[in-house]
Amino acid sequence: MIPGSFEYFAPTALDEALSLLQEHGDDAKVLAGGHSLIPTMKLRLAEPAVIIDIGQIGSLRGISESDDKLVIGALTTHHELESADLVQQRVPLLAQTASEIGDVQVRNKGTLGGSLAHADPAADWPAAILALDADLQIAGPDGQRTVKATNFFQGLYETDLGEDEILTAIHVSIPDADTKGTYLKMHQVASGFALTGVAVVLTKAGDTCQSVAVGITGVSDAPYRASGVESELTGAALTAGNIAAAAEKAVDGITALEDIHASQAYRQNLAKVYTRRAIEAAAS
Amino acid sequence: MATIAAPTRMMGAPIKRREDPRLIQGLSHYVDDIKLVGTLHCAFLRSDYAHAVINSIDTSAAKELPGVVTVITADDLGEVGGIPCGAEIPDLKVPDHPPLAVGRVRFVGEPVAAVVATEAYIARDALDLIEVDYEELPAITDLDKAVEADSPLIYDDFGDNIGFTMPLEAGDVDAALAEADHVVSQRFVNQRLIPNAMETRGVLAEYLPGEGTLTVWSSTQVPHILKTQLSLIVNVPEQKVRVIAPEVGGGFGSKLNVYPEEVVVSHLAIQLCKPVKWTEKRTENFTTTIHGRDQVNYVDVAVNNDGTITGIRARILADLGASYQLLTTLIPTLTNLMIVGCYKIPNVQIEMVGVLTNKMATDAYRGAGRPEATYIIERMVDLAASTVGMDPKDIRFKNFPQPAEFPLEIPTGIIYDSGNYQESFNKALDIVDYDALRNQQAQLRQEGRYLGIGISTYAEICGMGPSIAMPAGGWESSTVRVEPTGKITVLTGVSPHGQGQETTFAQMVADEFGVDIDDVIVVHGDTGRQPYGIGTFGSRATAVGGTAMVIAAGEVKEKMAKFAAHILEANPDDLVFADGNILVEGSPDQSVAFAEVALEAHVAKNLPPDTTPGLEATHFFEPSNFTYPFGAHIAVVEVDANTGEIEIQRYVCVDDVGNIINPLLVAGQVHGGIAQGLGQALYEGAVYDESGQLLTGSFMDYAVPKATQVPHFETDHTVTPSPVNPMGVKGVGEAGTIGSTPCMVNAVVDALSPFGVKDIEMPLTPNRVWQAIQDAKG
Ligand SMILES: Cc1cc2nc3c(=O)[nH]c(=O)nc-3n(C[C@H](O)[C@H](O)[C@H](O)COP(=O)(O)OP(=O)(O)OC[C@H]3O[C@@H](n4cnc5c(N)ncnc54)[C@H](O)[C@@H]3O)c2cc1C
Repeated sequence: MIPGSFEYFAPTALDEALSLLQEHGDDAKVLAGGHSLIPTMKLRLAEPAVIIDIGQIGSLRGISESDDKLVIGALTTHHELESADLVQQRVPLLAQTASEIGDVQVRNKGTLGGSLAHADPAADWPAAILALDADLQIAGPDGQRTVKATNFFQGLYETDLGEDEILTAIHVSIPDADTKGTYLKMHQVASGFALTGVAVVLTKAGDTCQSVAVGITGVSDAPYRASGVESELTGAALTAGNIAAAAEKAVDGITALEDIHASQAYRQNLAKVYTRRAIEAAAS
Repeated sequence: MATIAAPTRMMGAPIKRREDPRLIQGLSHYVDDIKLVGTLHCAFLRSDYAHAVINSIDTSAAKELPGVVTVITADDLGEVGGIPCGAEIPDLKVPDHPPLAVGRVRFVGEPVAAVVATEAYIARDALDLIEVDYEELPAITDLDKAVEADSPLIYDDFGDNIGFTMPLEAGDVDAALAEADHVVSQRFVNQRLIPNAMETRGVLAEYLPGEGTLTVWSSTQVPHILKTQLSLIVNVPEQKVRVIAPEVGGGFGSKLNVYPEEVVVSHLAIQLCKPVKWTEKRTENFTTTIHGRDQVNYVDVAVNNDGTITGIRARILADLGASYQLLTTLIPTLTNLMIVGCYKIPNVQIEMVGVLTNKMATDAYRGAGRPEATYIIERMVDLAASTVGMDPKDIRFKNFPQPAEFPLEIPTGIIYDSGNYQESFNKALDIVDYDALRNQQAQLRQEGRYLGIGISTYAEICGMGPSIAMPAGGWESSTVRVEPTGKITVLTGVSPHGQGQETTFAQMVADEFGVDIDDVIVVHGDTGRQPYGIGTFGSRATAVGGTAMVIAAGEVKEKMAKFAAHILEANPDDLVFADGNILVEGSPDQSVAFAEVALEAHVAKNLPPDTTPGLEATHFFEPSNFTYPFGAHIAVVEVDANTGEIEIQRYVCVDDVGNIINPLLVAGQVHGGIAQGLGQALYEGAVYDESGQLLTGSFMDYAVPKATQVPHFETDHTVTPSPVNPMGVKGVGEAGTIGSTPCMVNAVVDALSPFGVKDIEMPLTPNRVWQAIQDAKG
């Protein structure tokens, strides 16, 4: 478990990091919490010649509230999101999702930005970020841009992020009082990652579903919004029958993964069962 | 007087492990922590292919990397010998097993070349510069296919992929199967497991050219055997070889071996006259430290309507892997011996076939051959019960031997030392409240919920063992020495690596001499300090090594009693050893301090005639038989039929391991054993793909049970002392592993019986459980 040799930079300002990225191009990798990157380096699946550790850049840290939004710095750790009062009060779904990630050490080191940028198909955050319809703030040589979560994830370990860009913050709208979120996860027994993870954000009007967003991770090579489920349930009464019928659409149009941990048919079944249970929990 | 101590103060006391404070505080030294000045670092280039011809190896670029000292291949090994196969079997085909591959590689991870550099990082970098030209051959990975006539061959000159066959026959199975009311047949896969000791392997070797001595620090369970073997393999006379097993972070059988890395690192240290170190990476540990289990079983059982089981027939394919490690060929034979479990089954027929495949060698892993046997019989007994419509509890009582029948010779030729299977089983049934559970199960089924109750009653073979049955001898040694200040040094030939004998052995010696336990030290794992010994495995250390120690202590005590009697002008037979004194029984003012007698024994000014100075004795103990622990495990699970997830609600076990020296340590062994046993049932499994690549080569894909994935254990005991050793102990290292695997599977199958599910292949992942329900639904 010995990585290859590399040059190490620890810039203290975002601009500095961006220009280092420009300078070293393909050879460079950004290091955040290191809990995805370092394991791949130790196995020599990645051998970056240059490491740009963004951990010293203060502007990428912290959680604040502005204009009905939570603004979360990319370097915010899973543990900070799990335990911050502001998160627990305003968007408890985020805290709940964080608590399902890895173990204490992983949550203390791993970051929200790192997880999203890495785009592991079994990572937890993407489900919640999709269901919350978050905006991702990205800085690059040409300045800042914003991408919707639904446009960010593009495939297996693939995102909209350019090689010379840095994810700086995640903006999440604070849901109103009639809106509830839930994250339900089945852990892959060895790694603890999601065999299936379903995040639901549901707004009720009386006993009907005014709107619902369902983000699913672990099932396909990229996390996705289960739009079939959403359109089936929106405007419908929240009965057990309607919820179950909607959940049946959890993998419509999706090619489920198959590996030694779960067959395609089993993953499809899990997505449906966990979607149903997550909606039931959010609707209760 | 100086007979074996009856249980007194320390025996049976729940003392915390004396090893733990230093381990928890990081004050201890594992191989990798040992730093010698000028140490060079070794790394191994390993085969990426399961089966390939090596056309050429080019090490020139690696040799040029600054910091690289040497790069060697098999061509550079000179007179170095091969890896020994420790267990001969009639007609065994033994392939050559060179420490570095010669001409052909036969499993992924097989060492091909070794680099030595001034730093571990440089050694690792140099591996990428070695070029090997391979020509890939078809890989043999499937057991059933490997024995087919047209299978490709692993060793061309063997003619087939069969390393050995070992038949076992007692009674008349054909008649039993023909005459029985029912024949129950089932195929089982006892999947391959990866032991995963917390500390990976490691070797540090130092050769002093002036003295001609080789010292090897290795993370091993068998330092003495390793010393003898290394001396023969690397050609250093045995008196000049010393092997030290410092702190060893677990083994579970995986370090009961002689490995290529131990040989190559020793050879390099001799060649370079510099200390050379290799620390195994976790990825190497997955691919190239021995694996366990891996059998396919075809089993038929004859059962009558009243539940009597009259015969068992098994064809067993045991995956040996690509080459033999020390006990690769021995382990499957233990499955043969234990096939009838704790039942009286008169007719037995086994055809054991050892099969060579392009995978890492299998060898001893906690339980080693017995979990496989227990799995076969315990699953078959449940299937037989369901065939004749009996409760799985009743069929077990029906087939148990009676307590008065022990010692009991069973058809496979071994003699169970002592047992009372009814007592432990009844106790477990009481604790779990079996009848109430069955009622609850019936109720929940009405609600569409699937509760399952799983039973496993087992007997196993421990305390290994009489030398006649053990390749390297089955005895054990100990030296007990009372020092001039009255402190006691115990040297033992066993080599604990987590079992806690520094505590339990000290308890026994403290009792024997009536001294404080802190006055006793137990020293192990250094062939330069201890008398020759066999090592720690097969739940033998206490039953065999402990006995050697207690007998040696008794001899010292007898001598000390003579000295004390001389001082006190008393009869040695009237003396007792208590609270740091030696006193005349019944007249406590006639007493002398233990330490004073110890000093007198060494200054030797006032010793009785016809005695010699000093207080030291060594005993080599040869056991007359194995010991046979037994017990009953019961699990209660609920299965989520929508997802196949299993919730373990209760886990009750009543183990009978003979007399108990320290209940805390026994509980620890039982807990850890069950964790690994249910790991096999529910989580673990080494998966090779068709090309022989290990798909479960890291903890991301290979699921050892974590603390949150094991239930609360409700442990209890019955005590049936073993007649084989004076302490009446049996052994507890493997009981949990052996009892728990079939227990968990029986519970899940029981839960799903309303669907008609009869069997599910291990590990019972949620996916497999869900699939079994789908398949049963049709
Ligand atoms: C044992 C273990 C268990 C785990 N279990 C889980 C689990 O259950 N669920 C789960 O979701 N995750 C799990 N993880 C992954 C963990 O959450 C990681 O921390 C996370 O995936 C990556 O975050 P990081 O900050 O560590 O990123 P790093 O490892 O530092 O970086 C990951 C990748 O993202 C890039 N990157 C990082 N930050 C940025 C940025 N701001 N802008 C642009 N690129 C960036 C890096 O260049 C790199 O390619 C586990 C990890 C481990 C080691």
